[in-house]
Amino acid sequence: MKSYHLDHLQHLETEAIHILREVAGEFERPALLFSGGKDSICLLRLAEKAFRPSDLPTPLLNIDTGHHFPELNEFRDQRAQELGAKLIIRTVEAAIAQGLAQPVPGEISRNRLQIPTLLAAIEEFRFDCCIGGARRDEEKARAKERFFSFRDRFGQWDPKNQRPEIWNLYNGRLNPGENMRVFPLSNWTEMDVWEYIQREQLAVPSIYFSHQRACVRRSGQWLPVNQLTPPTAREEVRNLVVRVRTIGDIMSTGCVESTATTVADIITEIAAARITERGSRADDKTSEAAMEDRKKAGYF
Amino acid sequence: MLTPLMPSASSATVPIDILRFNTCGSVDDGKSTLIGRLLFDSKSIMEDQLAALERSADITGNGQINLANLTDGLRAEREQGITIDVAYRYFATPRRKFIIADTPGHIQYTRNMVTGASSANLSIVLIDARTGVIEQSRRHTALAGLLRIPHLVVAINKMDLVGWSEARFNEIRAEFEEFLPRLDIQDVKFIPLSALNGDNVVERSPHTPWYAGPPLLDHLETVHIASDWNLNGFRFPVQWVNRPHNPTNQTFHDFRGVSGQIAGGIVRTGQKLIALPAGVVTTVRQIWTYDGPVAEAFCPQSVTLVLDDDIDLSRGSMLVGTDHLPGTSRNLVAEICWMHPVALRRGKKYLLKHTTQTVPVVVTEILHKLNIATLDPEPEPAELAMNDLGEIRLQAAQPLYFDGYTTNRLTGSFILIEPGTNATVAAGLLAPPSEVIKPEIGDYAI
Repeated sequence: MKSYHLDHLQHLETEAIHILREVAGEFERPALLFSGGKDSICLLRLAEKAFRPSDLPTPLLNIDTGHHFPELNEFRDQRAQELGAKLIIRTVEAAIAQGLAQPVPGEISRNRLQIPTLLAAIEEFRFDCCIGGARRDEEKARAKERFFSFRDRFGQWDPKNQRPEIWNLYNGRLNPGENMRVFPLSNWTEMDVWEYIQREQLAVPSIYFSHQRACVRRSGQWLPVNQLTPPTAREEVRNLVVRVRTIGDIMSTGCVESTATTVADIITEIAAARITERGSRADDKTSEAAMEDRKKAGYF
Repeated sequence: MLTPLMPSASSATVPIDILRFNTCGSVDDGKSTLIGRLLFDSKSIMEDQLAALERSADITGNGQINLANLTDGLRAEREQGITIDVAYRYFATPRRKFIIADTPGHIQYTRNMVTGASSANLSIVLIDARTGVIEQSRRHTALAGLLRIPHLVVAINKMDLVGWSEARFNEIRAEFEEFLPRLDIQDVKFIPLSALNGDNVVERSPHTPWYAGPPLLDHLETVHIASDWNLNGFRFPVQWVNRPHNPTNQTFHDFRGVSGQIAGGIVRTGQKLIALPAGVVTTVRQIWTYDGPVAEAFCPQSVTLVLDDDIDLSRGSMLVGTDHLPGTSRNLVAEICWMHPVALRRGKKYLLKHTTQTVPVVVTEILHKLNIATLDPEPEPAELAMNDLGEIRLQAAQPLYFDGYTTNRLTGSFILIEPGTNATVAAGLLAPPSEVIKPEIGDYAI
């Protein structure tokens, strides 16, 4: 007898495709946030599965802090070109120049400045929905996020007053100026993402795999040596065999020592890992509520 | 959350199923502690999370690690020691993957509970062994019954505070069993435990020699999850019309398909389908997927159907098989959970979202309200207030094609949206239809 059974990845896949098609059905001007990172790579494949043979009904949007790993941006541009998708890039640099984003004196990280840059891009293109690759297992504040996450006209998230989400019925209705953030990968874990990359044989940027890199030890992490935060006289530069587990800005993304050269190696490594993915992101360590505060202000 | 217990070599190849469960209870019943304990004892907590817990323990907990801080992710939650919104957690053992919806038990509890429980295979109701069954426990159990969650676990917590008394456990169990027969729940398990100390959560407790059943995790790993999906009547609500405008590949120049997620049944190439609301019969030419055409597809797969005839189909239309026909009516009877501070009254108008269509409706009658204390229906209440469960009659601006919720969760459910504020104000479960569709087509006879 034939068994009509879906395994866990097939379940997660059909859930995500359903959500992407709901977006296409209910919103006028959606955008898909694509950074070139592993989660948004899965998201793009799911979009292909949802909409082919038609063109993707959304442009790709990336907020470039100017501090990205060059490997990531190259991958982002190449992938968009392969797909024939429209890629919109808005930079923090330009937002600062136009007075849309104000850096605090002495603040080197551009993490916070992504927020006004994103909100300005939403306004510029009148996007009513931004699809993102965030997952609930990444972080405690993310664990409270709905699939369809409502943002008011200031881009704010109100965690205490979220719309109930029942069965697979998503309420995408908005008034003018309001915005929806949609997260089709909400129920995926880091392991699911890599297993899906393996199953779908998806290409990922080279920095996810083991490579040689000059690093310095800061706050318990190996940070890549870069021009923005050069090593001090007292810091020892080490040439290590590393990879990145999660990609943020080049100055806040910790490298982990690893010899993983294939997706299968990465899966084995994650299965044995004793630290979470975001444990290597300095931007989340500021305080227990670092992510919550950024999200309330309009972060991805 | 990572999955350290998964055997790495087989993790990518062995199909693993997912158990979705939710936890509910009142404030201080120890829900978050229980989840923290499950994650902690199943080694799903990572070192940096533990370090963060220890940091906060030094500041607020007099050096005691607070397992609830693992799930209470919002600042206000940690400050007030309560859970405000549904939190989702993920963990895996070599036997299963788990999605936990941690649903808070205070204000807005019905809406949070319904959010967390609507897709659950199993529900855990926590009871404080000292206080026993309270109104909240009944309400949660009634909701689990209403939503037809197939499995229920009654976790009698804080057993250490009643001296691990078997008599107390049996007393609470008897209290529970008194009202259980009135609810439609097939499988109920009672487990005595202490979430704080970890007794009977992952490891069997030495304090309960009188309890022969499994610890909680054991039960979660082995409970048989019968398919939630209806494989009988084919249902395909159209989400999106798939029509390439300027395909780079010329073979798709004339491609026209309808994309959606199968909400019931199985579809095969060459099969006859009825397109609703047109009532026209057509044939499946191809089941298109990104990975190539397939001969058959089933619920809940997402596919694109290419049909023999160029018929009028758009978002909100539904394709159905020629047997197990759905019902149709403008007049609907439904059980609802009201989730909004402003009460539901007769004569009010809302938008009803059912599958992929949204239609205006008016509330024509409030038939009854469920008395949570007695579980008896109270006829003809004036209104349904926030957190009330009741049965109503609605009239829709156009006919719906639907099934009873007990037959098909996806085609038997809806939400109500308040126009203007766009708030989701109710979750609805449709009663079985009184008449099925009667397609009147030449070459087709029922």
